[in-house]
Amino acid sequence: MLFGVPLQALMGQLMLGIVNGSFYAVLSLGLAIIFGVLKIVNFAHGAFFMLGAFTAFLLAQHLGANYWFVLFLAPVFVALVGMLFEWLFLRRLYGLDPIYGLLLTFSLVLVLEGGFRVAFGSSGQPFSTPDMLTGTINLGFMVLPLYRAFVIVAALSSCLVTWYVIERTSLGASLRAATERPDLTQAFGINVPRLVTLTYGAGVGLAAFAGVLAAPIFHVNPSMGSSLVITIFAIVVIGGLGSIKGAIITGLGLGVVEGLTRLFYSEFSSTIVFLIMVLVLMLRPAGLFGREEG
Amino acid sequence: MPAKNAFTTIALSSAVLGIGGISSAVADDGYTDDVVRIGVLTDMSGIYSDLSGEAAVTAVEMAVEDFGGEVNGVPIEVIHGDHRNEADTGASRAREWYDSEGVDMINDLSNSGVALAVAAVADERERHAIVNSSSTVDLTNEYCSPYVTHYTYDAHSLAHGTGKSIVEDGGESWFFLTVDFAFGIGLEEQVSEVVRDAGGQVVGAARHPLDTSDFSSYALQAQASNAEIIGIASTGADAINAINALAEFGVTPDQQPAALLLWYDDIDSLGLETAQELLLTNAFYWDADEDTREFSERFYERTDRMPNMAHAGNYSSTMHYLKAIEEAGSDDSAAVSEAMREMKINDFFASDGYIRPNGRMVHDQYLWKVKSPDASEYDYDYLELVTTIPGEEAFQPLEESTCHLLDDE
Repeated sequence: MLFGVPLQALMGQLMLGIVNGSFYAVLSLGLAIIFGVLKIVNFAHGAFFMLGAFTAFLLAQHLGANYWFVLFLAPVFVALVGMLFEWLFLRRLYGLDPIYGLLLTFSLVLVLEGGFRVAFGSSGQPFSTPDMLTGTINLGFMVLPLYRAFVIVAALSSCLVTWYVIERTSLGASLRAATERPDLTQAFGINVPRLVTLTYGAGVGLAAFAGVLAAPIFHVNPSMGSSLVITIFAIVVIGGLGSIKGAIITGLGLGVVEGLTRLFYSEFSSTIVFLIMVLVLMLRPAGLFGREEG
Repeated sequence: MPAKNAFTTIALSSAVLGIGGISSAVADDGYTDDVVRIGVLTDMSGIYSDLSGEAAVTAVEMAVEDFGGEVNGVPIEVIHGDHRNEADTGASRAREWYDSEGVDMINDLSNSGVALAVAAVADERERHAIVNSSSTVDLTNEYCSPYVTHYTYDAHSLAHGTGKSIVEDGGESWFFLTVDFAFGIGLEEQVSEVVRDAGGQVVGAARHPLDTSDFSSYALQAQASNAEIIGIASTGADAINAINALAEFGVTPDQQPAALLLWYDDIDSLGLETAQELLLTNAFYWDADEDTREFSERFYERTDRMPNMAHAGNYSSTMHYLKAIEEAGSDDSAAVSEAMREMKINDFFASDGYIRPNGRMVHDQYLWKVKSPDASEYDYDYLELVTTIPGEEAFQPLEESTCHLLDDE
């Protein structure tokens, strides 16, 4: 017993917190990259998450595509949709007040969610767990479905790869340069607009990747992203805007905090993240991992 | 950095406002005095839009068409609106409809919180409200009104259907996964009472917000409770996610899930493989007999889906309301209310149904069991009848009702 809660239950909730935190990490990472480079508040992040899940659902359940293939293809497809959106609409708003970007991306949410609701209804569609990952692992303190363990590995690997690309490769170096001084980067012969399009594609691709991972766990339904996106915003603010490391660590951490809150005071679990956001903004306005800029 | 500030402001304000609900357009028409106007107030875009939503509007429209489009020579008109699962939105829409758009009766009213709010407005404005897709028994107790009818089912009928039959089958200890608003809490209370009356015990409950996608943590709490039965006091997507999570974490089959309000549509989403053997108390099943099939096939042609009990209730209650106007020879609320309570309801939905003074429509309920995939022979062949629960047993005995209208008698 620990704090009046059986140790077994505590360990179980910790484990689940890590699973949820992995989703948060991937989603907030995508959002942080997009904000870092485009300075756009991508409200459509949840809708791209949903689009990833639906693309996977349509490919797998209707065309019988293999799960692993879908896990790769759906994010690529959604990234292409995202790049098209950036190229056609979003780039017209750079340099304007961020509220325009918010309005545009929010309208995309309305269109996508509304469209999918008309086509598929609001109850959601079942998505079966791939056969290879259907079992469970007995951890002693809990029975962990194999698929959830896979989610942790897949999500954290994708975070690591993204971090590596941005921090350790020349592509990432150009990206970081374009974030700081787009004009100067352009002068060095780097095609900044193309880099920006690619960044948006990568960001929403990550959201779609999380969506495919989530499909067998949550029912695939049109509003699956809208409840998440607000939490993700809060996580990005807590972690420090535009901070890659901050987004990943805070995502994981808050997943765990939320899981523990469910155990001690379940009704509070949907509020705790925002309470932490308020506290962080009061004490460290730039976020836990953000840099103060004057 | 202005951009950073804007991001933070937006994140903060969206957290406060809870942006995410999306409204849809509302049809309305100008006010005319010589029209019987029915408003369908429902969830058009949220979590319950599959259970009622647009198909609920179609059901009411079908009733109006089948009635002939006019009553006593006065044309009948149907309008609809979205309450977005918000009690205040529902109440202000109801006020607007009654006060300035000449709506005589509001139908459907999914979501117990919304139904209670609209019932209060209906009572105040002395106009009719018929609740078909909410369960709270408060509608026929504390908040009863001569103008409010609770038609299809309620928490009491669910508890005395599914809940009671499981207790009788030996499910003694219960743990509840309850959606945290009027509907879930009311249902949990009703079933707990049935469990305790039968000598069983309730070992605990976990409350979750409406529209929860991740039930894993609640599944673990249910597991830790060691209760034999996990009572799921939610419906629609919430119940589906809960049942799936219980299966995923190996809670079932050692502990049994009891879905206290499962809809016919939910079985579609769960798939027969997962849903088989589940019990559900529903007032209507499309494939019950010739009459239900006739209605359901016509409904299917227009909506591309089979009707559930709320849709059937919307149709039947609209018919009954229109017949009452015909009988009363006026659309005066008090006269119509009296006629509605005097006339019996006999159609594909109910036989010898009647409305009590507290507004409860009493009719038989049915306990169904979900078929296995092998036993399902054609599309939408999902349920088999376990037992019929006579209306008098299914609904709260009138003498237990705390409705103030009963004191006057």
